Amino acid sequence: MAIDSSLRTGPLPSIPTDFALPLLCALPFLASVFVLAAPGEKYRGAAWVTAVVAAILSLLSIALFPAIANGEVLISRIEWVPQLGLNLTLRLDGLAWLFAVLITCIGFLVVLYARYYMSPKDPIARFHALLLAFMGAMLGLVLSGNIIQLAIFWELTSLVSFLLIGYWYHRGDARDGARMALIITGTGGLALFASMLVLGHIVGSYELDDVLASGSMIVESPLYPVALILFLLGAFTKSAQFPFQFWLPNAMTAPTPVSAYLHSATMVKAGVFILTRFWPVMHDHQLWFWIVTYTGLATLLFGAYTALFQRDLKGLLAYSTISHLGLITTLLGMGTPLAAVAAIFHIANHATFKASLFMAVGIIDHETGTRDVRKLSGLRKYMPFTATLAIIASAAMAGVPLLNGFLSKEMFFTETAEFDPNVFVNLSLPIVATLAGMLSVAYSIKFVHGVFFGPPPTELEKVPHEPPALMRRPIEILVLICLAVGIIPGITIAPYLAAAVHSVLGAETPYYSLSVWHGFNLPLVMSLIAMVGGAAIYVPYYRKLRDIDGVPLTRGLVGQRVFERLLVTATNRWARHLVGAFGTQRLQPQIFVVIFLALAAGIGAAWARIGNLPLPQSFDPVLGLVWLLGGISALAAAQQAKFHRLASMILMGGAGLATCLTFAWFSAPDLALTQLLAEIATTVLILLGLRWLPKRSPISEPAPVAARFRRYRDVVLAALVGLATALASYAIMTRSAPEGISDFFLANAYKQGGGTNVVNVMLVDFRGFDTMGEITVLGVVALTVFGLLRRFRPASDSADRPEQQRMLDDYAPGSGDTVADDFLRIPALIMNWMFPVIVVVAIYMLMRGHDLPGGGFIAGIVMSLAFILQYLAGGTRWVEERLRILPLLWIGWGLLLALLTGLGAMVLGAPFLTSAFAYADIPLIGKVPMATALIFDLGVFALVVGATVLMLIALAHQSIRRPKVSGSNKPKQRMGVDKWN
Amino acid sequence: MELTLAVAIGILSASGVYLLLRPRTFQVIIGLSLVSYAVNLFILSMGRLRMDAAPILSGSDANIADYADPVPQALVLTAIVIGFAMTALFLVVLLAARGISGSDHVDGKGD
Repeated sequence: MAIDSSLRTGPLPSIPTDFALPLLCALPFLASVFVLAAPGEKYRGAAWVTAVVAAILSLLSIALFPAIANGEVLISRIEWVPQLGLNLTLRLDGLAWLFAVLITCIGFLVVLYARYYMSPKDPIARFHALLLAFMGAMLGLVLSGNIIQLAIFWELTSLVSFLLIGYWYHRGDARDGARMALIITGTGGLALFASMLVLGHIVGSYELDDVLASGSMIVESPLYPVALILFLLGAFTKSAQFPFQFWLPNAMTAPTPVSAYLHSATMVKAGVFILTRFWPVMHDHQLWFWIVTYTGLATLLFGAYTALFQRDLKGLLAYSTISHLGLITTLLGMGTPLAAVAAIFHIANHATFKASLFMAVGIIDHETGTRDVRKLSGLRKYMPFTATLAIIASAAMAGVPLLNGFLSKEMFFTETAEFDPNVFVNLSLPIVATLAGMLSVAYSIKFVHGVFFGPPPTELEKVPHEPPALMRRPIEILVLICLAVGIIPGITIAPYLAAAVHSVLGAETPYYSLSVWHGFNLPLVMSLIAMVGGAAIYVPYYRKLRDIDGVPLTRGLVGQRVFERLLVTATNRWARHLVGAFGTQRLQPQIFVVIFLALAAGIGAAWARIGNLPLPQSFDPVLGLVWLLGGISALAAAQQAKFHRLASMILMGGAGLATCLTFAWFSAPDLALTQLLAEIATTVLILLGLRWLPKRSPISEPAPVAARFRRYRDVVLAALVGLATALASYAIMTRSAPEGISDFFLANAYKQGGGTNVVNVMLVDFRGFDTMGEITVLGVVALTVFGLLRRFRPASDSADRPEQQRMLDDYAPGSGDTVADDFLRIPALIMNWMFPVIVVVAIYMLMRGHDLPGGGFIAGIVMSLAFILQYLAGGTRWVEERLRILPLLWIGWGLLLALLTGLGAMVLGAPFLTSAFAYADIPLIGKVPMATALIFDLGVFALVVGATVLMLIALAHQSIRRPKVSGSNKPKQRMGVDKWN
Repeated sequence: MELTLAVAIGILSASGVYLLLRPRTFQVIIGLSLVSYAVNLFILSMGRLRMDAAPILSGSDANIADYADPVPQALVLTAIVIGFAMTALFLVVLLAARGISGSDHVDGKGD
């Protein structure tokens, strides 16, 4: 459908599509950001920027008309993820053009109007920035050539309209109205998004062109009902169709220029826009006819009826808008091409007269200080110009001849009067249409008569007068359009309407006549009945109608209240019940659920694949014995952990030892060494911590039933987990290994890494970056431990010296911290003497790591154990009088060394952490492998030493400081060796 | 051999999981260690069990089929060190929680 740009003719062939369309869409957003960045939020220049931008956009969109006048489609596509059908496609056809002109031109008039309407006290920059953003979102919506993109701009309009409705956010009603609008239209937007996905799925493309060219594919699809319902949810919520209409009157808390813009020409028209947009491919179905027509009809009648009972002028206009949107929806629902023509025509007409009416109400509000119809009266004498304009616009709203509203309303009546074989349809359509016509005449008279006629107002605080002429100018322009379209439609609107209609109906475009006089026919009779009937409703009751607020009888059943009750129930009460029923702050149930789900997922995944398990091939009695002891240790550790912590910890060590032996058994000497050393360090660590835990002794009476039940339940879950892991590992171990990456490491460890200990070469060379991250984690953990302990406050019952030490005090006063001197004199001496030996072992482990079991981790822990042994033997003070360890420096230098090794490789042009190696021939010692990986390993070593020592010593120091007990205000007494605290 | 190790992994993880579900912080820390033994053995077993085949090459002309899979070993070595760090951190957090709340319950309240 897209035509080559050279084929275009017109007065402005110089605007290339690929520039004009993105500009149309992007300029408002750019200007919005620009205005927001303006100095000070009361910056008046914002109005000028907005006005200029809106004027440019208006001219640009008008200038694009020749390019689409004959049914052409302009397309500008910026590809993003073409494989997924996600492109930024901008597409301009007749319908999009009509909307773009409405959006930009009415936007421009609204900006002019707002210049006089808004108070100097309002944060004007925010207003204009939002108005521009909204204009951009609407333009993006109508120009979308991709249906996903359409849904995104759709949500954007909801979002920006939320901010605009809540512009005066210091007012509670503005916040409520904005929130309600956002929830309703935002939810609808999600439904629309889902429907777009379904449509894209049905058609197989997300490009609007493809969707519109899909013919009857959508209607014939079995997914059509789903797509339709979701689609209509989106359209109906946006266009305030029954029963979602109630957000619109509440959105009247927005500043009047916003209402004039959003609720006449743009926001609420988005719903009927997409109904029109997708009409060609979706209307040909009974479901569409019944739902859309009768929702529209119900909205038409309901809106017109409710509008009659509004005291607030903006409320009246809001319900009138709802009613007119219902009219458009009804027309679209009917499914005949002529009805679609009428719908498009009425969209444009309604936008012009309703925008001018909102502006007129804004002037009345501005000049009198009220919008309450009871206080207003006889304003015709005070503001004759405004009164004349408002009266003409109201007449257009009521469908008086020679005004644009009459033409489209007449077309509506014509369509409803068409014969339909279904008796119900044949009767309900014309009757409801006439009834709604009467009501709309009545509320239009109420508006005009109540405000402009009658005695002079008495309850006003100031004497009203005409507004500044420029504030009236936008209304004058709009009313002039109403008149021009109403009197000479053939010249003013016909070509533009034809383009829009053609873009929707294409070859189906019917013959239609825009002339004012069609002869004395049924629709004219219906119009006359509406006129006379409307007056007949209003005249006898006008005094009552003036004072009443809200619809009699159904006043209690307001959609708003239902919505609010639902909101409170769903988001508060139900949420609390749900949290009460399923949520918990307790950790145990959470862990239970996590483990349970993990088990279920594991079983679910493995169930079908586990296959037949082979019988065991071999049994090694020694390994069996090791695990007999290891298993008993593990089970006993679990059983003892509550009341016998020390025993449980020792038993855990037993299981750890069995693990360590298993590593050695199955060809993993490095692991065995590391496991053994880490085991020792962990044990020392936990031993240091035990002192701060509360004393706990077994209770003789049996536990309560609930506790016992929990325990049994946990035993069952634990047993299932154990069974599952045992089965899984057995199943894996008895299968042959798949082809992996292991052979690469075995083949290249020596050639490329220069070492024969493959595990170590992997750690310091192949996976050096990984190790780098790991030692960083270790350093961070050590610093965290150190930091946490600096603020450590023991619980009051463990602040005193432990019971054992107090007993010792009684037995041998003054022995204090040097327990080792009294009881462990010989072992302490051995520990002292072992210091140099262990240091040598550590260095040996480090040096040989590349070729034989060993390496930085192992050497580091060995080295730190050398230090810890001195603490154990001599006590904290004794060590620190003789030895300054400075673990923070070890950590820092270790990390730095590792990093520098890596960076050194980069300096030489190789990737980070590439190692080089050579064998140095040192006299007496012989050939020594010298790889740069050794320097890296040295860094690892230093960091491990620093981190381990820091953690252990920081914990050990808690026992010799006299800490502040948590909750007490006693000042901390500083002891001699206190640099740790 | 495989069965022995599988049973061992099962027992370790069962005792560990049981302790993870208990209310006292000390029980949880022991449980965590037991679970990490189980996990480390499990990872090692992913390389299949080989005896007398430590991945220490005899020289440049070594036959790679003669050696055990080094990848799980490298992973487990990392896991042991990180496990140690985790235990230390958890221990200090539980001590701090006990100091602040006065309780060694995992939720920091109750007795």
